[in-house]
Amino acid sequence: MPEDITAELESEELVPPAEPKAAHQPLDKAIESQADLSAEINAIGETYQRALKDGGLPETQPRLDYPPYRSSILRHPTKSLQHADPETIELYSPAFGHQDVHALESDLTIQHNGEPLGERIIVAGKVLDGDGRPVAGQLVEIWQANSSGRYIHKRDQHPAPIDPNFTGIGRCITGPDGSYRFVTIKPGAYPWKNHLNAWRPAHIHFSLFGTEFTQRIITQMYFPGDQLFPLDPIYQTIVDQDARDRLVATYDHSLTEPEWALGYNWDIVLTGPKRTWTENEALGAEGDEE
Amino acid sequence: MSTKLVPTPGQTVGPFYGYALPFEKDNELLAPGSPGSIRLQGTVYDGAGHTIPDAILEIWQPDAGGNVVQRTGSLVRDGYTFTGWGRGAVGNSGVFTFTTVNPGPTKPGAAPFISVALFARGLTNRLFTRIYLPEDTEALANDPLLSSLDPERRETLIARRDPDGGLTWDIRLQGEGETVFLDFQ
Repeated sequence: MPEDITAELESEELVPPAEPKAAHQPLDKAIESQADLSAEINAIGETYQRALKDGGLPETQPRLDYPPYRSSILRHPTKSLQHADPETIELYSPAFGHQDVHALESDLTIQHNGEPLGERIIVAGKVLDGDGRPVAGQLVEIWQANSSGRYIHKRDQHPAPIDPNFTGIGRCITGPDGSYRFVTIKPGAYPWKNHLNAWRPAHIHFSLFGTEFTQRIITQMYFPGDQLFPLDPIYQTIVDQDARDRLVATYDHSLTEPEWALGYNWDIVLTGPKRTWTENEALGAEGDEE
Repeated sequence: MSTKLVPTPGQTVGPFYGYALPFEKDNELLAPGSPGSIRLQGTVYDGAGHTIPDAILEIWQPDAGGNVVQRTGSLVRDGYTFTGWGRGAVGNSGVFTFTTVNPGPTKPGAAPFISVALFARGLTNRLFTRIYLPEDTEALANDPLLSSLDPERRETLIARRDPDGGLTWDIRLQGEGETVFLDFQ
């Protein structure tokens, strides 16, 4: 993988002509301001708070229909999701192993000849299912912007520097206790065009598999204390504060390594499981429950 | 009994997965042209009927004999091992393509289907759905999910058989002909 990436990185296609001035101009005169967006975000939040107070159940997942995230307007189903009992194939997950992922792919700082710029960090935690069981031997994939907030992607036109020593892709296979660990660089905040002066809080994209395909999820991990949280329509697609907090890593000094890297802990809980566990699959005595 | 934990929320895959999630032969569960292989293709549409260029799908299915496969090697395909899982990003025209096999029924009389997870920019969380094979009309009529749906809606989950033996199945995220998406919780 690293070879391909280096080749890609060096192709001119990936380095768009620098147009820093153009990129700083609002593209559309009718473009909306952060104040417009924040008013919408806050109104939805207040309505949700009232519903909670009136005995509504907390929402634990993002809303599919969340107009402040403008790209979602034509891309959310309008009909309710259809309840289905998962069957056969859905009760299993594809299998991944060390054949699929090289051990070095979990270190995003060694994919090129030199050290990437930025704050070196360790992100580690566990992948658990809804019963608290570790999800062992499963694939975790991450991708992120570099320390300047720039993605190695053709369509990222943000005029921040590309780091020739940082691609921003990592993979690993979870350990027997569901643990994962990446060494990377703290990503920068990233501007986007949802509205004028829209900035994404620093985040790392995570892609996760469970023991069943129904547990498949892609999400984003954030860093504690980010001032952009209340302003970001994507983070705010999750209207419940407790649920939003579940995407924020914790600074963990016990993960920090002296004179090397700061440590962040983030555990991920998947849904389910739905499958009735057989004795072989069950860990310990708790496997015979339904 | 173990304690129930609250699941971590999902988030959109965003616009920039293209250098991270795709990998070589990601959409080739079998080598194209190999015996029994078929093309599965479709187009992803938004609520305005426009194709969307920034979606990525995963399929997960039994083999032709209806067996659930538990083999590693999807990310580094050797050309011989059928793992049952594949990933395919749509192209600029909103079209995705997989090379795979017709899934077999996992038990006698069951309607064979392919499980799908869909991710896209602008889609705040992944969506699950199914692609059923069109042939076994009796099995389709008896399928618990399909029989719970209005006739018009159930059609969105059934692929069309192409003259070359392949399958075509489109996704409509919103509006007329909106695909049925599933909630397993």
